[in-house]
Amino acid sequence: MSPVEVGTATERTTPPARVRGAFGRLLASELRLVLGRRRNVVLLVGLALVPMLLGTVLLVTRDTAVGAGGPPFLDRVTGNGLFLVLAALVACLPLLLPLVVGVVAGDAVAGEAQAGTLRYLLLVPVPRTRLLAVKALGVLVFAACAVAAVALSGLVTGAAYFGVGEVTLLSGDTVSTAEGLARTAGIVAYVGLSLTGLVAVGLFFSTLTEVPVAATAATVVVAIVSGVLDALPQLSAVHGALLTHHWLDVGELLRTQVDVGVLGEGLAVQAAWAAVFGALAWSRFTAADVSC
Amino acid sequence: MTTDDVVPADLAVRTRGLTKRFRSGQVAVDAVDLEVPRGAVYGFLGPNGSGKTTTLRMVLGLVAPTSGTATLLGEPMPAAGTRVLSRVGALVEGPGFHPYLSGRANLDRLDAVDATADPRTRDRRAGAALDRVGLTAAARKPFRQYSLGMKQRLGLAAALLRPRELLVLDEPTNGLDPQGTREVRHLLRELADAGTTVLVSSHLLGEVEQVCTHVGVMSRGRLLVQGPPQQLAADAETTVVVSTTRACVDDAARLLADLGLLDVRAEGTVLSARLGMVAPEKISAAMVGAALDLVGLEVRRPSLESLFVELTGEGFDVAR
Repeated sequence: MSPVEVGTATERTTPPARVRGAFGRLLASELRLVLGRRRNVVLLVGLALVPMLLGTVLLVTRDTAVGAGGPPFLDRVTGNGLFLVLAALVACLPLLLPLVVGVVAGDAVAGEAQAGTLRYLLLVPVPRTRLLAVKALGVLVFAACAVAAVALSGLVTGAAYFGVGEVTLLSGDTVSTAEGLARTAGIVAYVGLSLTGLVAVGLFFSTLTEVPVAATAATVVVAIVSGVLDALPQLSAVHGALLTHHWLDVGELLRTQVDVGVLGEGLAVQAAWAAVFGALAWSRFTAADVSC
Repeated sequence: MTTDDVVPADLAVRTRGLTKRFRSGQVAVDAVDLEVPRGAVYGFLGPNGSGKTTTLRMVLGLVAPTSGTATLLGEPMPAAGTRVLSRVGALVEGPGFHPYLSGRANLDRLDAVDATADPRTRDRRAGAALDRVGLTAAARKPFRQYSLGMKQRLGLAAALLRPRELLVLDEPTNGLDPQGTREVRHLLRELADAGTTVLVSSHLLGEVEQVCTHVGVMSRGRLLVQGPPQQLAADAETTVVVSTTRACVDDAARLLADLGLLDVRAEGTVLSARLGMVAPEKISAAMVGAALDLVGLEVRRPSLESLFVELTGEGFDVAR
């Protein structure tokens, strides 16, 4: 028997004091869990392959007749590698990014419930509100990593294949490489922030079930249904409030005069979705019986 | 506030009228008044499905009671959970760990999220907890490669990561072999000797009977009895079994009745009767005195086991 004082009762009249930096340790542990998990790393690597694939196809076909056409901005990539970042992000936005974010968001609470670790976290104890906040931060950081994986891979691939130079804007004006890089960074940031509403939706579904796949599927369905509704002209009155409606407003950053109002509206819609579903997730998670 | 609302300081766990009705309408826990004195090893017994786990979940604040109250270390649950739970180690309905993390990484995770745990002593505490449950050699293996018994041990190690005033262990011997079960019993006794209050549930009485200072028996959502086992056993009556020969059976039966024994019953050459206030040695003397053959004499004090069976109706047909 080791002589250490493990498990022995010590007479205490006051609870043990908090040790400084508790929230930081909680967050660091969560990030290690999310970013250290092999499945999640594979998802990020998969996303990073998209611009490589896209760039390689464009490189091979650029001198052929099939080189033109395709998704927005794709035809500009061969002229300037920076556009590969934009083209890849636009290609990933409708399905791949929602899917990857949905996997991790859906797993956030439901995964812990399924593994039986949720009850032990609550028994440590971690207050439920704090746990949910850290879970949300973990998923947000992962979503940022997902966007960054596409962007960095696009930047490196684009620069290697096609070089980076002055950027021709939608109007035909040309701006310096440095400004082009800054605008690209703005595009990446906008896409990242556009996923916050979806993160909240995924987190909410994750609090409803013990089956992570169900929460993931529900999250992806929300993104897809939003896209379908957005395509119905009969519903144009509500289009502005849809989760995905403003996602492709990133093109605004390629205008000579960037209309901050357009971007602000898109971010405001995301904030609203995040607030509503964040509140729903909180009210559900703080009241639910943990019986699994 | 009535006097009933004052929680005696010597109770580590107390519930009053604790009730849980599920949405399906099923009453899983029905007006349970649990009392676990500080320093006790409380065996919380009952068949599978009798409401033990749901009761423990309510005591620990995981499940909200439909009605009634629970206090843990003198404070109301679930309101005081963030204050008292760090002084409580728990294993509830099996271990729960991340399958792809090692045993040690899982303990580190639990310790890292504990606001009151000192990260500087984590290595020492986690190492000691693993050592205590015999998992040091397997500490770096992924949890999913653990056997059922090793998983259970890791759950115990997690409960022992910090010094605890109270341990709540739900079926801690599930999945353990007889050797592992003995080790857990040994561990419980050690912890209790060091002053830790232990609330341990089991559907197998034999596993915990030897270490318990108190027992409570649940059946169909109700707490039927609770108290020190000797006291519970004393409530049931002692019987005596006398074996004789075929020729002497009738005379022996009459003799036992004359001595004041009750409910004398004969089965072949074996007589049984409730002993009442009669001293057993008088029976042998009287048999010899009357020249009756005495093949065997056995005094049967009711075991907790038989009491348990009597209370819960034995059998496995308890799932409702």
